[in-house]
Amino acid sequence: MLKFIGRRLIQMTFLFFLFLTLVFFLLESQPGDITSQFLDPNIPAQVRQLIIERLGLDGSVWNRWWNYITNFVTGNLGVSFSQYPRSVFDVIVERIPRTLFLFTFATLLAYFIGFTLGKRVAWKRGGFSEHAVTIGGVLLYTVFYPWFAILMILLFGSYLDIFPINGFIDPGFWRNAPFTGNEVFSQLILSLAIAAFIVSATAILARRQEERRTARLIRAVGYPLSVIVLVGFWVIRSEMRPYALDIVHHSILPIITLALIAFAGVMLLTRSSMLETLREDYILTARAKGVPEKDIRDRHAARNALLPVVTSFVLGLAFIIGGGVVTETVFSWPGMGALLLNATVIEDVPVATGALAFIGVLALLGHLIVDILYAVLDPRIRIAGRE
Amino acid sequence: MTGRPTQVTEDQSTQVDPTELEELTPAVEVGEGELPRSLWRVRLRLAWQGFRKNWRLFAENKIGLAGLIIILIFAVMALAFPLLRAVGPWDNDAIYDPVIGYDAPVAELEVVPTRAEVTDPTQQIDAIDAQLWCFGALPGDTCRIPQQPAPPSEGHLLGTDPLGRDIASQLTFSTRAAFLLGLIAALVTVGIATSIGSIAAFYGGWLDNFLMRFADLILLMPLIPILIVMSGLWEINLPLLGVLIGVLNGFGGTAIVLKSQALSVKVKPFIDAARVSGGSNMHLIFRHIVPNVLPLSFLYMMFSVTEAVSLEATLSFFGLLNVDMSWGIMLNTAQSQGYLRSGFEFWWLLIPAGVAVTLLAAGFFFAGRAMDEVINPRLRAR
Repeated sequence: MLKFIGRRLIQMTFLFFLFLTLVFFLLESQPGDITSQFLDPNIPAQVRQLIIERLGLDGSVWNRWWNYITNFVTGNLGVSFSQYPRSVFDVIVERIPRTLFLFTFATLLAYFIGFTLGKRVAWKRGGFSEHAVTIGGVLLYTVFYPWFAILMILLFGSYLDIFPINGFIDPGFWRNAPFTGNEVFSQLILSLAIAAFIVSATAILARRQEERRTARLIRAVGYPLSVIVLVGFWVIRSEMRPYALDIVHHSILPIITLALIAFAGVMLLTRSSMLETLREDYILTARAKGVPEKDIRDRHAARNALLPVVTSFVLGLAFIIGGGVVTETVFSWPGMGALLLNATVIEDVPVATGALAFIGVLALLGHLIVDILYAVLDPRIRIAGRE
Repeated sequence: MTGRPTQVTEDQSTQVDPTELEELTPAVEVGEGELPRSLWRVRLRLAWQGFRKNWRLFAENKIGLAGLIIILIFAVMALAFPLLRAVGPWDNDAIYDPVIGYDAPVAELEVVPTRAEVTDPTQQIDAIDAQLWCFGALPGDTCRIPQQPAPPSEGHLLGTDPLGRDIASQLTFSTRAAFLLGLIAALVTVGIATSIGSIAAFYGGWLDNFLMRFADLILLMPLIPILIVMSGLWEINLPLLGVLIGVLNGFGGTAIVLKSQALSVKVKPFIDAARVSGGSNMHLIFRHIVPNVLPLSFLYMMFSVTEAVSLEATLSFFGLLNVDMSWGIMLNTAQSQGYLRSGFEFWWLLIPAGVAVTLLAAGFFFAGRAMDEVINPRLRAR
C-alpha cells in the first residue's frame, strides 16, 4: 500500500508541474506582457527596459518558465497589486483553511446525502419517488448556481432569518473581541481535526478486527469519545466559544448550498452503479439464501456500488471547487474562490494566478486522498499491497 | 410489456420489403450515375428504421421526453424573438430592443413639504426626495418620475429591468445566444474528443499515454476558476467561450469516455477486414472507428450544451464576459443595481432568467440521460 501511495505521489508531482506549466502559458499567452498592461505608457523606454529586466521578462520563454516553477516551489508568488506590500503567498495562506473548511464539510455532506439517496432510489426503481428524486437531483445539478445561492440566502437569510445572509463573522459582535477571527478559526479547525482523527482511527481499527464483538466494542468507545473530546475542547476554551459559534453559524448556509449543488451528481452515479451491481449473481445468491432485503441493499449491493462513486470523486472535486468559487463569492465567504474572482475583477494578476495554482494543488491533494481511500476500500489493492 | 406485439409488427413493416428491393434494382441497372442515389435511398431507409427503433426506446423514458419538450419550447422562444421583432407586437419599436431599448411608465407625484405629510407614497412625494428626480421642485408641483424596474404590464409582459429594458425581449433574445453557444461548445467538444479518442485508441502506445494523462489533468482542473482567470487576461465573447469550453472538455473527460468506446470498436472483426482490404490508417479511423463512436459522441454533445449554458450564465453573472445580453447579464444587472437581494418583491428580475438557465441546462441533461439509456443497454429497465 505504501508503494501504491508512493507511486501515486510521484504521478501527482508530475501532474502538478504539468499544471503549473499550463498556468504559466496561460499567463504568457495574454496579449502583450505584464508591463504593457500595467505600466504607464508615458514612462521612458529605458525605465521600462529596466523594469522588464528586473522582473526577468527579458529571458527566453524557457528561462521564464524555469523562473516561474522555481519561484512557485520556493513559495515566491510575487506581490499582490491590490494589497500592495503583502506577498501573494501570504494572502493565499490566510484563505486556505477557510476554503478547506467549506469544501470538506460540503463534500462530506454531499457524498453522504447523495449515496444514501442514490442507493434507495436504485432499490425502488420506477416509483414516483424515483422520478421526483431524479428530477429534483438533475435540476439541482444543472441549476444556475449563483442564482440558487441567492435564492437560498433570500429564503433562509431574509425570510426565515435563521442564518446570517453572508460573511465570515458578524463585525458588530466581534468589535471588542479579544481574539482575531483567524485565531478562533484555527482553534475551531484544530478541535474538528482531533475529532475527525479519533473517528477515522476508530473506523480503521474496528475494520481490522477479525471478531465482530471487539469491533463493536471499539466503535462503542471511539465514536462517543470523539464527541466528548470535541465538547471538552470547547469547555476548556469557553472564552472563545461564542466567537467560534458565530463562525460556525455563518458557515452553515454556504455549506448546505454547496452540498445541495454537489450531491445530485453523486446520487445519479450511485444510482446507475447500484443498478449494475443489482444485476450481479451474488445479489441473486443473497436473495436465495434469504438475506434480509435491507442487508442485501446495504451490505451486498451498496458496498460494491461505492467503488465507482469514490472514483468519481475526481470528477466531483472539480465540480465542487467550481461551485465553491461561486458559493464563496455570493456568500462573501473570504476563501480562495472569492479571492480568485475578486482578484480577477480588479486585475490583480499575481493573486489570481496564484490562487488558480493553489486551487490546482487542492484538487491534486483531494485526488491523492481519494486514491488512498480507494486503496483502503478496495481489497484488491489493500491486500495486494500488504503482501 | 403491452407494447411488445405492436413492436414486432412495426419491425416487420419497416423492414425492407423484397418487392421494394426489386424496384430498386432496375435503377441500378439504368446507368452507373444512378447507383449512388439508390444506395442513398437504402441508407436513408435504414437510418429511418434505426431512428424509429431508437425513438421508441427514447420515448419510453418520460423524463427524457420532458427534456426534449423543454428544448423545443426554448427553440420556439429563440425563433420568437426575430419573428416578434419583424412582424409581431415588437416591430420597429426601439423600446423593445434588448440592449438599448428604454421604456418607463411615468408616475406623476404631487410634491408635499415634508415626509410626514406623505399619506399615499404612490401619489405623493416629499420635497427633499423629489429633488433627486425633479431638481428645483417646490411643494405643490407635480414631479414626473420614471418607474424602472416596472412590474409586468400589457406592454411589457415580464416587466422591465432596472434600466427600463423589456425583460421578455431580453429573455427571448438571449435564448438564441444560449443555443448558439451550446452548439459551438458541443461541436468543438465532440469534434476534438472523437478524433482524440479514436486516434488514442487506434495507435495506443506513447501517444495514447500522453493524450490520456493530459485528459486526466484537465479533468482534474475545475473549469470555472480557469475560465475566470482567462477572462481576466483576455476579452472573452460568446463564440470564444464556446470554443474554450469545447477545447477544455474535448481534451478532458469526454476524450477519455470516447477513447474507451473506440477501443471496443477497434477490436471488432470489421476493422481487420477493412485493414486486410487495404484501408489506410486514416481511412480506418475516420470511416470505420469514428462512425461507430458517433452515437456516444452525440450523447456527450448534450452534456456539453448543459455545461456551456451554465458556465456562460455563471461567468456573465459575475460580469466577466464581453457579452451584450444574456441570461447571466440580466441577473448581473439586477444584482449590480441592488434588486436581487431585496427579496421576491422584484420577482420579474429574479425569476425568469434564473429559471431559463436552469431549465434549458436541465432539458439537455434529461434528453442526454434518456439517450444514454438508448445507447447503453445496461442502464435500461429490465
